[in-house]
Amino acid sequence: MKLLEVENLTTYYKLKEGYVRACEKISLQLGQGEALGLVGESASGKTTAALSLVKLLPDNARVMAGKISIEGRDISRAMEDELRRIRWKEIAIIFQGAMNALNPVRRVGDQIVEALRIHEQMTDKEAYLRTAKLFDQVEIDPSRTKEYPHEFSGGMRQRVMIAMAIACNPKIVIGDEPTTALDVMVQAQVLQLLEKLRRESRMGMILITHDLSVVGETCDRVAVMYAGQIVESGPTEKVFENPAHPYTRALIAAFPNIEGQRHLAQSIPGNPPNLLSLPPGCRFHERCAEVFGPCSTEEPQPVELSVGHTALCHLLRGGVSA
Amino acid sequence: MHNTMVKNERLALWRKNFSGFWSIYSQNRMGLIGLAILIFFTLMALFGPLLVSITTLSIDGVTKVLHPPTSGFWLGTDDLGKDILAGVIIGSRVSLLVGVAATAISMIIGTVVGIVSGFYGRTADALLMRITDVFLVIPWLPLMLVMAALLGPSLGNIIFVIGITSWAGTARIIRSQTLSIKERPYIERARAIGSGDSHLMFYHILPNVFPLIFANTVLVAAVAILSETTLSFLGMGDPTRITWGVMLHFAFSMGAVSHGAWWWLLPPGICVVLVVLSFTFIGYALDEVLNPKLRRRDQ
Amino acid sequence: MRGYLFRKFFHAAVTIFIVIVINFFLFRIMPGDPVRVLIRSPKISSEALERVREQFGLNESRLVQFWIYLRDLFTGDLGTSFNYRQPVIDIIIERVPATVLLVGTATVLSIVFGVLLGVILAWKRGTRLDIVGLSISLILYSMPTFWVAIIMVMIFAVYWQIFPLGGMGMPGVYYSSYWAELASKAHHLFLPAITFALILVGEYVLIMRSSLLEVMREDYMLTARAKGVSNRDLLRKHALPNAMLPVVTLIAINLGFIVGGAIQIETVFSWPGLGRLMYNSLTNRDYPVLQGLFLFVTIAVIGANFIADILYRYLDPRVKS
Repeated sequence: MKLLEVENLTTYYKLKEGYVRACEKISLQLGQGEALGLVGESASGKTTAALSLVKLLPDNARVMAGKISIEGRDISRAMEDELRRIRWKEIAIIFQGAMNALNPVRRVGDQIVEALRIHEQMTDKEAYLRTAKLFDQVEIDPSRTKEYPHEFSGGMRQRVMIAMAIACNPKIVIGDEPTTALDVMVQAQVLQLLEKLRRESRMGMILITHDLSVVGETCDRVAVMYAGQIVESGPTEKVFENPAHPYTRALIAAFPNIEGQRHLAQSIPGNPPNLLSLPPGCRFHERCAEVFGPCSTEEPQPVELSVGHTALCHLLRGGVSA
Repeated sequence: MHNTMVKNERLALWRKNFSGFWSIYSQNRMGLIGLAILIFFTLMALFGPLLVSITTLSIDGVTKVLHPPTSGFWLGTDDLGKDILAGVIIGSRVSLLVGVAATAISMIIGTVVGIVSGFYGRTADALLMRITDVFLVIPWLPLMLVMAALLGPSLGNIIFVIGITSWAGTARIIRSQTLSIKERPYIERARAIGSGDSHLMFYHILPNVFPLIFANTVLVAAVAILSETTLSFLGMGDPTRITWGVMLHFAFSMGAVSHGAWWWLLPPGICVVLVVLSFTFIGYALDEVLNPKLRRRDQ
Repeated sequence: MRGYLFRKFFHAAVTIFIVIVINFFLFRIMPGDPVRVLIRSPKISSEALERVREQFGLNESRLVQFWIYLRDLFTGDLGTSFNYRQPVIDIIIERVPATVLLVGTATVLSIVFGVLLGVILAWKRGTRLDIVGLSISLILYSMPTFWVAIIMVMIFAVYWQIFPLGGMGMPGVYYSSYWAELASKAHHLFLPAITFALILVGEYVLIMRSSLLEVMREDYMLTARAKGVSNRDLLRKHALPNAMLPVVTLIAINLGFIVGGAIQIETVFSWPGLGRLMYNSLTNRDYPVLQGLFLFVTIAVIGANFIADILYRYLDPRVKS
C-alpha cells in the first residue's frame, strides 16, 4: 500500500474570463520513505498540485476531480474539520522561507508549540521541551526558541520552518521550493538536513523545485510538470539517463553539467501556453523541437515505457522504450 | 531658435501626458463625481451674485424671520429674515476662496521645505525636520484658534493661520520623495554637466514630485475647508464676510438648535460635506492614476 | 529597548521645550501694547497702568520675562485668569476629569467598534454591506465635527427629546441617591460620547479593513492554515495582532485631532471640560487661561504620543533602534 496515491487530480482557478486549468489529471505515487521530485518552470502548477492535496487553495480555486489517498484512506472528500486534522499531522508543508512565512510578531518557539498543541496531546511544558529538541535536530541553538523571525537569517529561518514541519511527525512532507531563496552553500546544508531527517523517520517527501540538480541528488523518483500536466515521471536515474519527453530532454540539456563536456546551455524558445485558453492538442507542441502531425490536434495519452516510467507524448506511441 | 523648439516639445509632451492622464482618470467613477461636485460649487461661487438676484424674489424679509422653506425663500430665512439660499450661494465664494488660498500657502511652504530638506540633507534637513515635527505634534485646532485670536478675525489672517499650520504633513511626504529621487541616475548626470543646486531642484526634482504634490494638494484643500468652517463656527472667523462656517456660527449662537431651525443648520453643513467629499474622491482617483498598483484590484 | 526609550523621551522633552518657547513668544507677538490688551477697561489711569506693568514684569527685557515665565512654569504657576480671578492651573485641573471622561469613553467606543466593523467589512469585502460601510465611513470622515454634533442634538434632544440638550448633569439639583446622580451623568454623557465616537470610528474602520485585507494576503497566514489552525484562531492569533499595528499608529496620530474634536463637541454640548474652557476663554479673550491651556494640552498630546511610541515598540518586535 502506497503512502500517497494521487489519481487524476484536476484543479482549476475561476476567473472572470474563464477557468485557468492549473492542474490537469495529475497522478502521483509516493512510497514509504521515498522522495519524489516535482520539477517544472514557474507557474507549471507544481504548487497548486501540492496545495490541492490538503485543500489550501485560495477561494477561487476548484478541485474539479481526482482521488487522493493516504495509506489507502481516501481523503478527497474530506470536509474542513477532517482536513484540519490531516494538515500538518499527516501532510506538512515547508514553504519558501523568504521574508514572511513565519508570523513576525510571535516568537518562533510559540509558533511551533502552536502546531503541537493542535495535533498532539501534550502539556505546554512538554511542547516547549519538544521544540527545543527539534531545534537541536535542525542544528539551531535551542535557546533561540524565544526569538522572533526577523532575528534569524534566511537559511536559519528555513531550518525553523523545517523544524516546525516535522514537529508532529508527519507521514509526508512537501517542500515547496525550500531552497530557492538561499545561496548555494546554505542550500546544500538545508538539503543535507532534509535528507538526514527523512532517513531517520521514514517519512515520504515531495520536493518541489525548478532545479534539476537538486532532484538528481536527493530524489528517488521524479515527475516533470509542464503547463499543468505531468509530462514524464519515473525513477530519477532512468528519467535522467533516458528522458522520453522532449520537454524533459530540453530541461536536462538546459542544465550545464559541471563534469561533462563544455557546451552552451540551451534555453527553450517561446513561452508556456496561456492556461486560460489552451491551444488544442499537446500543451507543449508550440515549443517542441520534434513536433509532428497529431501534436497540434490530439491530446497525448500517458504511455508506460517501462516499470514506473511514464511519459505523455505522441512520439512514444507504439511503446518505444529505453 | 533652439529654445522655442524645446518649448514646443515640452508643450507637446505636456499635452500628451495630460490626455494620457485623463483617459485613466475618467475611468474612475469616484473621481468623476468628485470633479462634477467641485465644478458645481466653483460655478456657484463664480456666478454667485447673478444667481442670488435670480433666486431671491424678495430682499425685504423683515416680516418672515426664522421661517422654514417657502415659495419665496427656498431654504427659509435666518433670525434676521435673510434668505438662507442666498447666504449659501454667496458664502461659497469666501469659503472656497479661503480654502484655495490657504491650500496654496500650505503647499508652497510644504513643498519648499520638503524639497530643500530632502535635497540638502544633514544639518538643513535635521533642522527643518525638527521644526516640521513640532508643527506635526501640536494639535491643530488649539494652535489655529490661539493664532486667530491673537491676530484678529480678518480674512487674510484666517488664510494665513490655516496655511501656516498645515504645511507639515506635506513637507514630510515631499521630503521622502525627494530623497528617493535624489538617488536616481539622471540627477548625477545633471550634476556632472554642472547644473547648480537650484536648477536641479527646480527643473529636475520638482517635475518629478509634481504628481505627488497634485495628489496631496487635494487632501490639504479638504482640510483647509474644514478648518475654515470650524474656525468660523467657533467665532474666529470674519463676521463681516459670509462663509458657510460663519452662517453656522450665527445659527448656533442664535439658538437655531433649540428652535429646530434645520433649514438654517443643514444647508451650509451639507455644502461643506459635499465639497470635502469631492476633494476626497478626486484624491482617491488621483491616487489610482498615479499608483498603477492600485488599479483594477484582483478578484 | 532602553536605547529606544531614552531616544524617544529625549525627543519628546526637546519638543516640549520648543513648544514652551513658542507659547511664550506667541503671546508676546500681539500687536499693540500688551497691557492695553490685558486690562480692558479704558478708564484706567496711567499710574495704574504703570503699576500693572511692573507687576507683570513687562518693563523688563524679553529674556528676563522669559526667565520669569520658565520659573513660574516649574512651580506650576500659569498665571491668573482674567475672568475667574483664580489661578489658571486650578481652573484647568478642575475641568480635566470631565474631558477625560468624554474623550476616554469616545475613544474606547470608537476603537472597539472601529476594529469590529473593520474586521466585518474586510470579511465581507466586495459585498453591498462593504460598500455601504465604506461609504458611511467616508462621509462621516468628511463632516465637520461640530456639525455632526449639532445634528445629533437636533435629532435626539430637540426633535425626539430623549437626551438633554447639554451639560454634564443638572446644576443645583439634589439627587435622591448616588446611583441617581450617576445615572444622570451617564444620561448626559451618552449623546456627546456617541457623537464623538461616530466622528472617530470612520477612520478606524477604514484602516482596520485595509490592514486586515493586506495581512490576509501574507505568507504566514497560509503557513498557519497549513498547520491546521482553526478559523477563529487564524483571526485572533495571527491576523489581528499584525493588522492592529497600523491602528495603534493611527491612535497616536489622531491625538491632535481628538483635541480639536473635543473642543467642538464640548462647545456644542456645553460639556464642562477643557474644550469648552478654551472656547469660553477665546470668546472672552482671557489670555492667561488661553496660554496655559494651550501649553497644557500640547504637552499632554506630546506625552500621549510618547506613550503610544512605547506601546508600539512593545507590540511590534521588529522595531529596533
